[in-house]
Amino acid sequence: MDVFDTFLNLDVMARAWPLLLQGLWVTLQLGAASIVAGLVLGLALAMGRLYGPAPVRALARVYIDVFRSIPLLVLLIVIYYALPFVGLSLSPFASAMSALTMVSGAYSAEIFRAGIEAIPKGQFEASAALGLTHRQTMSDVILPQAIKIVIPPLTNNSINVVKDTALASVVAMPDLLKQATQAQALAANPTPLIGAALIYVAVLWPLVALVSRMERRMGGGAGAR
Amino acid sequence: MSGFVSIRALRKSYGAFEALRGIDLDVAKGEVVCVIGPSGSGKSTLIRCINRLEPFDAGGEIRVDGTPVVPGRALAKVRAEVGMVFQSFNLFPHLTVRRNVMLAPRRVRGASAAEAGALADRLLARVGIAEQAAKYPGQLSGGQQQRVAIARALAMEPQVMLFDEPTSALDPEMVGEVLDVMRDLARTGVTMIVVTHEMGFARQVADRVIFMDGGRVVEQGPPEAVLGAPEHPRTRDFLGAVLNH
Ligand SMILES: Nc1ncnc2c1ncn2[C@@H]1O[C@H](COP(=O)(O)OP(=O)(O)O)[C@@H](O)[C@H]1O
Ligand SMILES: [Mg+2]
Repeated sequence: MDVFDTFLNLDVMARAWPLLLQGLWVTLQLGAASIVAGLVLGLALAMGRLYGPAPVRALARVYIDVFRSIPLLVLLIVIYYALPFVGLSLSPFASAMSALTMVSGAYSAEIFRAGIEAIPKGQFEASAALGLTHRQTMSDVILPQAIKIVIPPLTNNSINVVKDTALASVVAMPDLLKQATQAQALAANPTPLIGAALIYVAVLWPLVALVSRMERRMGGGAGAR
Repeated sequence: MSGFVSIRALRKSYGAFEALRGIDLDVAKGEVVCVIGPSGSGKSTLIRCINRLEPFDAGGEIRVDGTPVVPGRALAKVRAEVGMVFQSFNLFPHLTVRRNVMLAPRRVRGASAAEAGALADRLLARVGIAEQAAKYPGQLSGGQQQRVAIARALAMEPQVMLFDEPTSALDPEMVGEVLDVMRDLARTGVTMIVVTHEMGFARQVADRVIFMDGGRVVEQGPPEAVLGAPEHPRTRDFLGAVLNH
């Protein structure tokens, strides 16, 4: 038995390739949609947590802590298999996107909060003294500065979201991993799994390298500006 | 008689500590008032209450041009009429000098980009920074940054300008250029309340000098009186300490 025939069988790979690409496309759609929705949710949560009235602040804090505690797989299974019992059936894509967004939103909220809290108090005071509203202060003064601080950790979080999309294969989402396992079953050969693993790495490696580079640069004393 | 800025029974507590212990003060339109006093006497707290960057205790009252400085809609009007210059400049580091000056007219007044840009160019020329308009604050010296901060505050065409130790963070050789701009400004009839340790400036420019200590106004009057012949022993001690430095 040849290792190559078993794990890197080119015939099998060639036949599985279109399926893997279809899966990759689904994975990327799910990842992108969840990242964007998670960012929007995270920013809203961070605003509520920092500037909302007391009950909103408390709720935001509870939300953030709960969704950083719950295992994503558990949440996904609850949404997909338990919610139908109360009459709420979501498609595999909607279930996976909801779960990813809810959790990513909680992590993004903490990242945004840290970024906003890193902006000196004087920036808020100068804005207020000029008569800017709270919303204008955020959009024109604080967030443009905070963005520079939060981009590396947010990119990191986005990488995690893309990786976690693989969990969606347990609710029958035809994502990259699911397509690979099906192709493997069909061909009775694990090569498609190896292919899927390589595709994940090929897609995410550049992002990981980018984050490392940004973090090295930020660490190099750009903090003051 | 109540002033253009009128302050009545102003108190400010941080927990059990009272930073301001009952201030009554009227500043007339066009008047230049310099506030002096030892560190921790409540000077910053006082002027930060005027535009309510610092909320103050109930019972006290501040009015600017008749409008009470209370939270809500009226506060936006007051803040648009009151400009502030900080010890640490607080320019917006992500915007060019020109955009720093343009931001408030555009957002608060709804001025067009062209109007706000023309206004910024005029004000930057007035504070002697016209050539630096396209730079970012981090590329300027401290004195230049503080002059931009003055231009930024003036862009809202304020009736009152508050200065909190505007030259204290500057290298000595840059103090003069900022004081010159402030001196010019005083001549234009803007009401100014200036917290400062620059006794020469106070003597020359102020209509009135206020000496604060322990959260109270201890002594006030024309500069020649307060700085030249102080009545209160604490004023004398303070001036002695400052002038012997
Ligand atoms: N945020 C704060 N919390 C507690 N105490 C404060 C705070 N800000 C100012 N103080 C106190 O109030 C007093 C007056 O402060 P400040 O107005 O800054 O004095 P000055 O400007 O005259 O040096 C000081 O004793 C200071 O320690
Ligand atoms: Mg002070």
